[in-house]
Amino acid sequence: MRYNPAMPLTKKEVEHIASLAHLQLGEQELEKYRRQLTDILDYADRLRRVDTSAISPTTTVLPLRSVLRADEIKESLARADALANAPEQDRHMFRIPPVFE
Amino acid sequence: MDPLELTLCQSAEALRDGTLSSTALVEAYQSRAEQLNPKIHAYLHIAGEELTLAARQADDSWSAFRRGGDAPGPLTGIPIAVKDVLCVKGYPCTCGSRILEGFIPPYTATPVERLQSAGALILGKTNTDEFAMGSSTENSAYGMTHNPWDAGRVPGGSSGGSAAAVAARMAPIALGTDTGGSIRQPAAYCGVVGLKPSYGRVSRYGLIAFGSSLDCVGMLARTVEDAAFLLEIMAGHDPMDSTSMPEKTPAYRKTLNGEPDLRGIRIGIPKEYFAAGIQPDVGRLVREAIGVLGSLGAETKEISLPNTEFALPVYYIVAPAEASANLARYDGVRFGLRREGKKLRELYDGTRGAGFGPEVKRRIMLGTYALSAGYYDAYYGQAQKVRTMIKADFENAFRSVDIIASPVTPSTAFRAGEKVDNPLSMYMEDLLTLPASLAGVPGISLPCGRDTEGLPVGLQLSGPFLGEETLLRVSWAFQQVTRWHKEAPSL
Repeated sequence: MRYNPAMPLTKKEVEHIASLAHLQLGEQELEKYRRQLTDILDYADRLRRVDTSAISPTTTVLPLRSVLRADEIKESLARADALANAPEQDRHMFRIPPVFE
Repeated sequence: MDPLELTLCQSAEALRDGTLSSTALVEAYQSRAEQLNPKIHAYLHIAGEELTLAARQADDSWSAFRRGGDAPGPLTGIPIAVKDVLCVKGYPCTCGSRILEGFIPPYTATPVERLQSAGALILGKTNTDEFAMGSSTENSAYGMTHNPWDAGRVPGGSSGGSAAAVAARMAPIALGTDTGGSIRQPAAYCGVVGLKPSYGRVSRYGLIAFGSSLDCVGMLARTVEDAAFLLEIMAGHDPMDSTSMPEKTPAYRKTLNGEPDLRGIRIGIPKEYFAAGIQPDVGRLVREAIGVLGSLGAETKEISLPNTEFALPVYYIVAPAEASANLARYDGVRFGLRREGKKLRELYDGTRGAGFGPEVKRRIMLGTYALSAGYYDAYYGQAQKVRTMIKADFENAFRSVDIIASPVTPSTAFRAGEKVDNPLSMYMEDLLTLPASLAGVPGISLPCGRDTEGLPVGLQLSGPFLGEETLLRVSWAFQQVTRWHKEAPSL
């Protein structure tokens, strides 16, 4: 895919984004987002006109730098509590479909 | 004495003196909430009998205190509503989303935990746009909240449930969250006080993340003093949140007394915030409110925040980008909804496709695009650079003024359904609240009048980073000489 702000998003591009985002979308949704994302990106395009050659990006608004703490062993969430909301569990573990064939 | 008419501070005093019981206070709010919820839909969950029991225990603590025992926490026996994006152990937490239907958090968010440690009782969880993404609560998967001033209109959002609950006397105070205006905008639409503290002032541990460089926990309240009361209990460093500031929390409430004297306070009026597109009533009432601050001795002058026009496009790149990463955790494996699939990938994509609503999907798509290979520099990188310029606007302005005053929103509450199909016009609602969010500075919304249709209008005041003390002092002074915050919708 090439960056081309002058062109509306294509269906293929929107399918690619949905796939990256792990979202299963229907045909109508794909078309709706194709149009709406094009509109929003068109609007956001005004940012490219701003000269930022001498500006650093904001990484945080805080005056803090790296925040460190002592590496101590503390009590953490009990296994039963961590599993309490699981859609499916098996032998104290989250159960998912097979990853490898 | 009607307990529903008391402010939070008044209730706290009456409980201490024994002129009010927690049992009566909790009962009054619980029945009001139950009675009005079918009409307003401010709550997604209202606590049941367990609250009555807790209220009885609170009454015992106060009785023991009056007999010479130790003073219980200052909020002992006071019911508080919590936006449904903050985890409270044992209470369901949905974030207004199907994907978290039935989720019961295993721990409590730090700001809520601090209120509970001070004796507060959690009255219920309030409605929100799904994952706090929206400006009307119409994006809640469980149905919208209605504006108590006009049920055909939106309460604003995303903390619309909290704002409506406070306005409708269904809660004495409610926690909200603000990422781009989600406390201040619904506060303006519902005619209540909405405080977004500085980024980092209040811990986000246990707040379900949306835009991590922007999310703030604050409150919707009836008075500035009530907001200050809660803030000084909630604020302060939390080892569980590395972005919470180490600064000591000032005793905010103590400074709110004496004469409402604003001599020596310099108030800046950014010309860009009064540009075309502001509803005439809103512009007029906000200018009158600024006149009130002037009559209390404040010096007012026009200022410029030249990069204001870029706040909206910056926000709608940065926030969705962060959201797309934060919401990756909803995959049907550890909690929430699951759509079965033969393969893991099917399970992931099916769960997310079925569990997220339209606005959340839109923002995940937008954010994924902005962060994807080949587009990162053009969108996210550039947006974060322009954000630096917006932040610098505020830093420059606060060299010559103490407070910035403006409208909260360009117009008053809009009709339900009016903007659902037009995301850009919905995003415009946040035009005047986004810049302070991007800069990380505190902002407050104060009721300052009603338009020709009787709908509330909000005055927005912003202060410098960690400048809540002056912000609250000026806001308090305004409320000493105005009555708008005492008006309630008839329901």
